[in-house]
Amino acid sequence: MHLFNFYQELRLFKNFITIFAANFEIGMYLNRFKSLLVVSLSLMAIIFSTAVMANENHATADTNHAASTAATTAPHEAKEEGDFNVTETILEHIKDDHSWHLWGHTSLHLPVILYTSKGLEYFSSEKLVDEHHEPAVYHGNFDYKLVEGKTKIVDANGNVDIVASKQLWDFSITKNVASLFISVIILLVVLLSAANAYKRTGIKSAPKGLQSFMEPIVLFVRDEVAIPNIGAKKYGKYMPFLLTIFFLILTNNFLGLIPFFPGGANVSGNIAFTMTLAVCVFIVVNLNANKSYWEHIFWMPGMHWSMKLFLAPIELIGVFTKPISLMIRLFANITAGHILVLSLICLIFIFKTVFASAIAVPFAVFIGMIELLVAFLQAFIFTMLAAMYIGMATEEHHHESHEGAAHH
Amino acid sequence: MVVGSVAAIGAGLAAIGAGIGIGQIGKGAVEGIARQPEAANEIRSNMIVAAAFVEAVALFAVVVALLGNG
Repeated sequence: MHLFNFYQELRLFKNFITIFAANFEIGMYLNRFKSLLVVSLSLMAIIFSTAVMANENHATADTNHAASTAATTAPHEAKEEGDFNVTETILEHIKDDHSWHLWGHTSLHLPVILYTSKGLEYFSSEKLVDEHHEPAVYHGNFDYKLVEGKTKIVDANGNVDIVASKQLWDFSITKNVASLFISVIILLVVLLSAANAYKRTGIKSAPKGLQSFMEPIVLFVRDEVAIPNIGAKKYGKYMPFLLTIFFLILTNNFLGLIPFFPGGANVSGNIAFTMTLAVCVFIVVNLNANKSYWEHIFWMPGMHWSMKLFLAPIELIGVFTKPISLMIRLFANITAGHILVLSLICLIFIFKTVFASAIAVPFAVFIGMIELLVAFLQAFIFTMLAAMYIGMATEEHHHESHEGAAHH
Repeated sequence: MVVGSVAAIGAGLAAIGAGIGIGQIGKGAVEGIARQPEAANEIRSNMIVAAAFVEAVALFAVVVALLGNG
């Protein structure tokens, strides 16, 4: 479906850059960013193409190997090499995992932390898989096994013990959690150093280094998001919240676009992550809501009483659908972007020729560039909608207009 | 196989909707800018936001199609 939007989005991308340059006067930084972008994209292209080559050689070597030892090959391996399942491969890449792929056959095995009736227990996730990357049983306090990506307690026969599994609390550091830690560290380093710079030199002197990179973005959130939606009087109280969600989503979106180690986890395309953010927005909006907001929900002013009864449930549902739409919007946008890039790379394996990469790789890089725009745009949209909902909840209404409307 | 095809048709229908929607937004924005070039920046940023909303609806459909597929 993106195909229809490519041209429009290309134009949007260009416009977006002009907006950036015009509004925030950071043309200089944009230029620096541009060269950085070019370097990172060409690096990405090189890595993609070499990875593809390596996989291709690997695949052909494996098929030769499989052919020579066809009699002894395990059935699941034969299936894996025989027919390439695109949907399965893509879903495997966008879902959360216990190990983080670094390079080649090396991956980082993250710790599994479990809380059961016998207490806390932790072990390496390496022990949950055998040498063929198939789930294996680990004998701890209970027998654990991965079933569809989730750790479950199994009995001696390897069947899932449903009753015991309900007592299992999984606090594992998965790929998404680890990636979230990385983004938190990045944010702390960047934001604290900028904040310290302000502490040292004050707000009157010209910003330096990282500070001058952060200042236009923070000002953008303040001037384009907070003040127009919440109002010049009340926005200050909500700025920390808005900046936090903005930078958290932005960092995770950007990290998700890096195809190799420090990135590569699909954090903001994880519905649990977006749900947490949406719940935070829900709490902030409803805790700060004033009387007139609740009045407009339960007893809409300026309406006939029968209409008020009719509107109350609709408005009440609206309270919940707003954060739900926030949740799904971010999740769907980021997941769709990842699926798009992965399916383009999968084209090479579908056609089973390395020449398909001549089309797939430039296209994937192009989509990657659009995803850079989407990454920023979704962080912006999420923050803007959060600000808008806060603004709606804290708005002071003038009841004369409603009474006037009632008389008409 | 049949399920996959139906999901693809659904995603395609959603793409038609999003295409029309974003087209309308682009049309409106260009007309607005042509009438009031001095408001171009504001119109453009509003256009991007509105386009993202329309696109999000299409992506909801993509997610539904994907779930239907899997």
